Amino acid sequence: MAPLIQSVLHPAGVQAARLNQLWWVMFWVCTVVFISVLTALAMAIARGRRSASNASDATLTGSVGAAVGISVAALLVLLTASEITGRDLDALKAQNALRIQITGNQWWWDVQYLNPDPSLTVVTANEIHVPVGRPVGIVAKSNDVIHSLWIPALHGKRDLLPGRQSEIWLQADRAGVYRGQCAEYCGAQHAKMALTVVADLPDDFERWLSHMRGPAPPPATESQMRGRDVIERGPCAMCHSIAGTLAGGRTAPDLTHLASRSAIGAGSIPNTRGNLAGWIADPQHIKPGNKMPATGLASEELQALLDYLETLK
Amino acid sequence: MNAHPLEQQKADPRLVYDDPRLEPAALERERRHHEASWPDPRGFLGWLRSTDHKSIGLRTIVTAFVWFAMAGVLAALMRLQLSRPENTILGPDLYNQIFTTHGTAMMFLFAVPVMLGMGVYLVPLQVGARAIAVPRLVAYGYWMLLFGGIFLFAMFFANVGPDVGWFSYVPLSGPEYGIGKRPDVWAQLITFSEVSALVTAISLIVTIFKLRTPGMALNRMPLFVWAMLVVSFMVIFAMPAVMLSSTCLILDRLVGTHFYNYAEGGDVLLWQHLFWFFGHPEVYIIFLPALGMISPIVSTFSRRPVFGYLALVLSNIATAFIGFGVWVHHMFATGLPQFGQSFFTAASMMIVVPTATQIFCWIATIWTGRGVRFTTPMLYVLAWFFVFLIGGLTGVMVASVPLDLQLHDTFFIVAHLHYVLIGGSVFPLLAGIHFWFPKITGRMLNERLGKVAFWLFFTGFNLTFFPMHILGLQGMPRRVYTYPAAMGWGSLNLLASIGAGIIAVALTVYLINVIVSLRVGAAATDNPWDAADLEWSTSSPPPVYNFSPQPTVGSRDPLWHTELTPPFVIGLNPEKCEVLVTHLLDAEPDHRYPTPGPSIWPLLAAIATTILFIWSIFSPWGVVWGSIPLFITLVGWFWPHRGVPPREMERELARLEPREATS
Repeated sequence: MAPLIQSVLHPAGVQAARLNQLWWVMFWVCTVVFISVLTALAMAIARGRRSASNASDATLTGSVGAAVGISVAALLVLLTASEITGRDLDALKAQNALRIQITGNQWWWDVQYLNPDPSLTVVTANEIHVPVGRPVGIVAKSNDVIHSLWIPALHGKRDLLPGRQSEIWLQADRAGVYRGQCAEYCGAQHAKMALTVVADLPDDFERWLSHMRGPAPPPATESQMRGRDVIERGPCAMCHSIAGTLAGGRTAPDLTHLASRSAIGAGSIPNTRGNLAGWIADPQHIKPGNKMPATGLASEELQALLDYLETLK
Repeated sequence: MNAHPLEQQKADPRLVYDDPRLEPAALERERRHHEASWPDPRGFLGWLRSTDHKSIGLRTIVTAFVWFAMAGVLAALMRLQLSRPENTILGPDLYNQIFTTHGTAMMFLFAVPVMLGMGVYLVPLQVGARAIAVPRLVAYGYWMLLFGGIFLFAMFFANVGPDVGWFSYVPLSGPEYGIGKRPDVWAQLITFSEVSALVTAISLIVTIFKLRTPGMALNRMPLFVWAMLVVSFMVIFAMPAVMLSSTCLILDRLVGTHFYNYAEGGDVLLWQHLFWFFGHPEVYIIFLPALGMISPIVSTFSRRPVFGYLALVLSNIATAFIGFGVWVHHMFATGLPQFGQSFFTAASMMIVVPTATQIFCWIATIWTGRGVRFTTPMLYVLAWFFVFLIGGLTGVMVASVPLDLQLHDTFFIVAHLHYVLIGGSVFPLLAGIHFWFPKITGRMLNERLGKVAFWLFFTGFNLTFFPMHILGLQGMPRRVYTYPAAMGWGSLNLLASIGAGIIAVALTVYLINVIVSLRVGAAATDNPWDAADLEWSTSSPPPVYNFSPQPTVGSRDPLWHTELTPPFVIGLNPEKCEVLVTHLLDAEPDHRYPTPGPSIWPLLAAIATTILFIWSIFSPWGVVWGSIPLFITLVGWFWPHRGVPPREMERELARLEPREATS
């Protein structure tokens, strides 16, 4: 697995790069101010120790006034830099952009790749793929409390507000795997609400997207068949859905292509057979407070279920 | 004794220099009068009834520090949990209660009350008054703070601690997602602290406007008094917003209103606007008194009057005004139109200007002083320049909407807010405690222990909070109870946790210094630091009547310009514990006013209010039935005083007539 990139200072897209630039402008201006003021203070202390100064109040007023003037000038520089960056960030909006709708839930991300033709809409969860070099307009919503979508390597954050809808525009310029995380405290498992972002080359992305439009492959073996039965007849289908099966619940992450995702539990643990087994057996152990109850599956049911889930590429 | 209109009398503002009543023997006689007649109730019951502003102020400060210590222990627990990745000392449920209770207690039970407590103690002394205005209301405010704090921590230990963050965003805190009574506990704690802060602010304003001693025109008022005046007004304008928002939240939760329910036409952002309209000024409510403490300390230890008095006063006022226009910078990530962004970015950056002005004025004071004396209070203030500058400059960074989108709600903000609140306010507060300790207790704090504590605190503070800037930039969001090892945040978090340990040691040394010095510290003279303000003219600790005779002032630094000081105030009736009420602008004598004496009613009223508040968490009927005992206590409180029959009083006033000349 690629190293997790979740840093403001390692931008992988144009928006984050602009913000990175603004950060360094701010950093250096502020550093200069910091050093200057402390130097003035040190000089004042040193001077005061040597002898009583006889600077008149008028001179002092002049000096203090000048210092305030310089501060205002520095602030204006920063304000201008901030304004320019703000305008540049707005410039990414494009007509032919990829549209993704991300809906926050306690504590996972529901993802839909929107398409004017509803039959081409792709539904997935907790992992998004974006094409390198193409603007992406993310429509941000929430189903319960306020969350905040934050993928530092690509852009700053945007709150997901229940009852409101907002947009954020970003673009990946370098292929790679980035990590995003919920940034607005949203309850018990705010800490474990991460999002994997895979930036693919455009061709890879199109391949991925058309693959995602397909339903889950039919089970091939006896065991996989049993696994699907466990889902369809057991409690799983109450919340989860798997396209092409009877499972159609909408209150939990879509599992149609679960096996293609790198993590489970919204970035809680890597998606391995062992972890998946542990998660299904006792979800409250790994992510206490999350909405998935213990399933109480018999061991052989669990194994069959895992056999099936592993086919959901 | 309660006030009665008949007792208010015009006083003669003449200045009398050669009055026989200014003879030492006469003054000594007057002092003994005060000694005999100003009530100083002893014992536990006396303590409960006290309306002496020094007693109330001191207990407010001590109580606030108790909550500070408890919230500090919670902070240490959080640092323990975060010291390594995937730690399992605390689970999410407990961790979330801990960080919420930490923030809530620090903001509402420590920071604001301790500053107001310093004001209650110092303002009457600094303005040369014998007592604070409406002292019983101040006593009531103290009891509300005490009961509010006990309530919050009792609920926390009962596993009903609030767990929705100190700003309790809806809908997480609303009826649908807020578990059990936890958010109600938070909302009601807010009510406690609002009531406490509001009544104290009212008292401070009246004291500052009407009880200044003759000669102390507004332009001679000490800067700490100015700060408390501005802050009291900010309390009065800011608190109603949070009162409204938390009351609407309680109503949503208790009786099913829909103020914040978006499904029924309510709005989740309404909460944020109302909360931050209070919440941002709150920061300045905590910060401005700290600045007010810096001025006298810088001035005293640079041995010159503070430079730029007018600029400092105007900066205070400007900060207060601009402070009300920046609340949206807590909400940049919710999405704003471009124009709104520019406005709030500009306003947030503008607030730097008055603060910068103050910093430069103090540097100019030091520059032209007669050599800095490196006492412990001065060390804290010098360190304040360092830490507050960092906090202020990161504040400029987050004022920028685009950059804030990256920094908001990360550990960068945790670092920023602690640099501003601890760096900006707690450093001056610890300086202030060192500075005024001799006045309050009559004993000096040990300088050596004080410096040890200072250096430990300074080191621990920076070690704890500086790495958090970097953690935030590396993508660590705030309010997470754990983080994956793969993120690489482990070592900086460990460093921060070690720093937290050093802070704990530093504050323990500070506490030991206080306890040891209380017992064996060197006795303090009236003015051990050679400071300029009036509180240093009376004994350490001050008598219950503060001054005898009551001093007047002729300059901004009355103890440094004694040649300008006109004679003392005489002619007040010591038997009736009178205070002199003066005019607002120039503090010319206006009339005499007998100050209300000790009373048990504020405590009883606070108990009744507490019952009402807590009951109303569980049932709306708590408001109905709970108001009956409250009503009874208020009737008792305001029952007309029947001590002196009117005819008796008339005769007495006639007898007093010749004693009029004052100031």
